[in-house]
Amino acid sequence: MTEVSINATREYEPTFGDYVALLKPRVMSLVVFTALVGLIVAPVSLHPFEAFCAILFIAVGAGASGALNMWYDADIDAVMRRTAKRPVPSGRVEPGEALAIGLGLSGLSVVMLGLATNLAAAALLAFTIFFYAVIYTMWLKRWTPQNIVIGGAAGAFPPMVGWVAATGSVSVEAVLMFALIFMWTPPHFWALCLFMRSDYDDAGVPMLTVTHGRPATRRHILVYTVLLVPVALGLALTSIGGPVTLAVAVALNLWFLKGALSIWRRDEVMAEADDYSVEKKFFRFSLYYLFLHFGALVADLTLRAAGVL
Amino acid sequence: MELKATHEIHKRRFSRNLGVGLALLAMVAIVFGLTVVKVKRGDAIQGFDHVVRPEMVPVEGGN
Repeated sequence: MTEVSINATREYEPTFGDYVALLKPRVMSLVVFTALVGLIVAPVSLHPFEAFCAILFIAVGAGASGALNMWYDADIDAVMRRTAKRPVPSGRVEPGEALAIGLGLSGLSVVMLGLATNLAAAALLAFTIFFYAVIYTMWLKRWTPQNIVIGGAAGAFPPMVGWVAATGSVSVEAVLMFALIFMWTPPHFWALCLFMRSDYDDAGVPMLTVTHGRPATRRHILVYTVLLVPVALGLALTSIGGPVTLAVAVALNLWFLKGALSIWRRDEVMAEADDYSVEKKFFRFSLYYLFLHFGALVADLTLRAAGVL
Repeated sequence: MELKATHEIHKRRFSRNLGVGLALLAMVAIVFGLTVVKVKRGDAIQGFDHVVRPEMVPVEGGN
């Protein structure tokens, strides 16, 4: 056997890590965190092993939708600097493999979540995967500048799936956890768009900064941040909230609103003068915002369990 | 040039095979663990356990 025969079969032999990269592990970490909070704050407790399986298969389902997204978006990922090194556009993984892994893991995660917990949770996970892979990736992402708003819904489902896995049904608490991430995503992502010189335009993806301009994006950030406030406060007033969640929600939303107002008041000349410092700070803070909000729900749960509340 | 056993391509294949093998083992462990948890709790088990279920006994004079 010679080297020629190796090259003839395949130019690059993918490692296991290349396949793991298809599942978007960084996105998965947020999914695991929010789904875990949704599951543990639910009034019905699962056996620890069932809870572990539920979180694992919700994460696998999220990863599967990521693989389907990478399969379908390989053409635009190849054009954009940020995504050009992903496994499919860089040629490390064949598109057909990404599709097979995405479909296979989607089926596996839905069936296993159904077996581990209940059919409602499995159906909701299946819908989440469908929503992200088909409605967002295949349809709306390349069609409307509101793509981030709609894509945010896919990212907002995990805590609801976690809740349904424990309780078997949807309730106001689950809807508000969904709404919190749903309303948080646009300001979070558009702030990033403002300071990241992105090449969505070359890829033909209609981003708000390109289609409607940066002043309109600044207005949108403010509007969505204002709409986020009642959701965050409403969640704090439900049965899973408490004094910690309420205090955290008030403080975080005041801060977030202040940041959104600053972004709205600025123009590009001001932003370029200080290298988008306000936008960058707002984006960094938005990461803490979500983490602290969900962390506060766990803190209230812990206080209730300890008999303090 | 001869193909050596330590060629980089073998390392990549080994990493992939090891990963898939461990993932499959984890899957077996998970299915086994879930089975143990579900069976021990005993919900949704209706038959084959030789336990009399009054609700399954036909009511006299009923349909």
